[in-house]
Amino acid sequence: MEKPIPLFSPITPAAVSRRRADSFANRAFFMITLIPVALIFIITIALFLRFLPILREHSLWELVSGVTWKPNKGEFGFLPFIAGTFWVTALGVALAVPPCILTALYLSEYARATTRTLMKPLLDLLAAIPSVVYGVWGMLAIVPLVGDVLRPILNRYLGFIPLFASNQPTGFSILAGAIVLAVMIAPFIIAITYEVLATIPQGLRQASLGIGATQWQTIRYVVLPQVLPAIIAGIVLGASRALGETLAVLMVVGNIPQMPNSIFDAGYPLPALIANNYGEMMSIPLYDAALLGAAFILLVIILFFNILSTIVLQRVLK
Amino acid sequence: MKMNRFHRRHITESIAKGAMLLSFLIMAGSLGLILWTVLYKGLPALTWEMISQTPKGGFYLGKEGGILNAIIGSLYLASGGTLIALALSLPMALYLETYLGKSSWGRWVRLSLDVLWGIPSIVYGAFGFTLMLALGMRASLLGGIIVLALLELPIMVRAMDEVIRRMPVDLEHAALALGSTKLEVATRIVLRQMLPGIVTAVLLAFGRGIGDAASVLFTAGYTDNIPGSLLRPAASLPLAVFFQLGTPFPEVQARAYASALILTIIVLAISLGSRWLAAKAGKFTLK
Repeated sequence: MEKPIPLFSPITPAAVSRRRADSFANRAFFMITLIPVALIFIITIALFLRFLPILREHSLWELVSGVTWKPNKGEFGFLPFIAGTFWVTALGVALAVPPCILTALYLSEYARATTRTLMKPLLDLLAAIPSVVYGVWGMLAIVPLVGDVLRPILNRYLGFIPLFASNQPTGFSILAGAIVLAVMIAPFIIAITYEVLATIPQGLRQASLGIGATQWQTIRYVVLPQVLPAIIAGIVLGASRALGETLAVLMVVGNIPQMPNSIFDAGYPLPALIANNYGEMMSIPLYDAALLGAAFILLVIILFFNILSTIVLQRVLK
Repeated sequence: MKMNRFHRRHITESIAKGAMLLSFLIMAGSLGLILWTVLYKGLPALTWEMISQTPKGGFYLGKEGGILNAIIGSLYLASGGTLIALALSLPMALYLETYLGKSSWGRWVRLSLDVLWGIPSIVYGAFGFTLMLALGMRASLLGGIIVLALLELPIMVRAMDEVIRRMPVDLEHAALALGSTKLEVATRIVLRQMLPGIVTAVLLAFGRGIGDAASVLFTAGYTDNIPGSLLRPAASLPLAVFFQLGTPFPEVQARAYASALILTIIVLAISLGSRWLAAKAGKFTLK
């Protein structure tokens, strides 16, 4: 639609063509912004359609609550994988959160300007390291640490608690996956928390310090209550990153489809299931539907957490 | 009594401060530990042969050859993906700023970009795979490039958007007041001002693309040859690391560590290079 050109501007051919270019760009650019919005729906629908064949044979509940995974016999129970994903993610986030929040607090409230300027490249580097390199590091450093140090010690002193019992001889375990994940999502959580802390007006802190509070009291009673929802949203966002992390976790977590009972048990998260078996999925009936269904389930879980926490964060940060 | 209370809160203060410092050191320490592990294990196995040759027969049994196929493959994949992503994200970022601003459609687009950013690469890979099944495509360089472009798109737009939002709006207002159209503001003013941001965004996305494995696993496949056409499969560095680690032979595993070192060096060089380049490109902007 051509917009009317105001009367007071001379209608030269140049002006007309500039206007045309502008309105053409407006429409063309608008089409491009449709891509991200549409892409979310397209990805979800495409994966769901590939999931559909198996849903005709088994109910969703049967798949999600089933504990046996025998594709050859047509048994597709996702529960061990969902449990594996949950354990690794929950433990990873639990390990990551305290040091991350403290680091962000340190950087935002205590650290000198020079430390602060050093932090940004450091976090960027940590975030830039590819997943597979984290996996290599996990296999070389974390798996032996868990297998040879943490497992014997915790098993000896806390082994009576099933959570810490050691049922297998290696370090390829939920805990190893969780430690690798914790380091991987740390830069992410620190960056968000730091950004959120920066939104608090300096005057609030000064008022608190001015009436004699220590810095920790200021943090505890003034800063933290203000930003708690946003920090939680940041943590949830970090958790949803962890949920989908594939290669690094796959390399250290053991990949045995079982219901884990202890942090030293091997687990088998959903992304690892997909990545490990994509090669043979076309050879067994319904196997491809099951694996792409796993991707669909993973996507739905992540979308849920992601959309919620993004909305909370967007309110705070802008 | 008063003294005691005074005392206690200062103890709390030092404990809190100590814990924070400790956490900070743990974070910095893990980065050091990762780099050290990769360097320590990778360096001994790193030879010129590794980066100058493609795998020969029996490479995965410990015979000679290198991972040139994966290095070239990764560069092709990441460059292609980054180019497509750039072609889409540059207009998108400009449009978000100059045309949409804080309108509700702008908010929706930004929200969906954030959500896309959070979708894991394995899901992109699975999606790419279904797409290729539907189109009857085989695992190929082109498939990998398209999926990487989708994966990099939100990273790139977000990075650009962040830079644009920090720019002073006065310049834009001045240009509009002088009778510029929005398109002219976008291409002649915003574009120039965001040059450093574009450099950072492109390199950030490129680094992501080159390090990503789960998405190309499905779509680009793997091959011992350097891909000769867009429709042939392409190897990639992360998968080279992964597959070599999967063999039971120590020689091959050592080469996996060396491959990981090569990948780490490339990614870190990109990350550091982007800072340097952004600083250089900063010369062209008005402060």
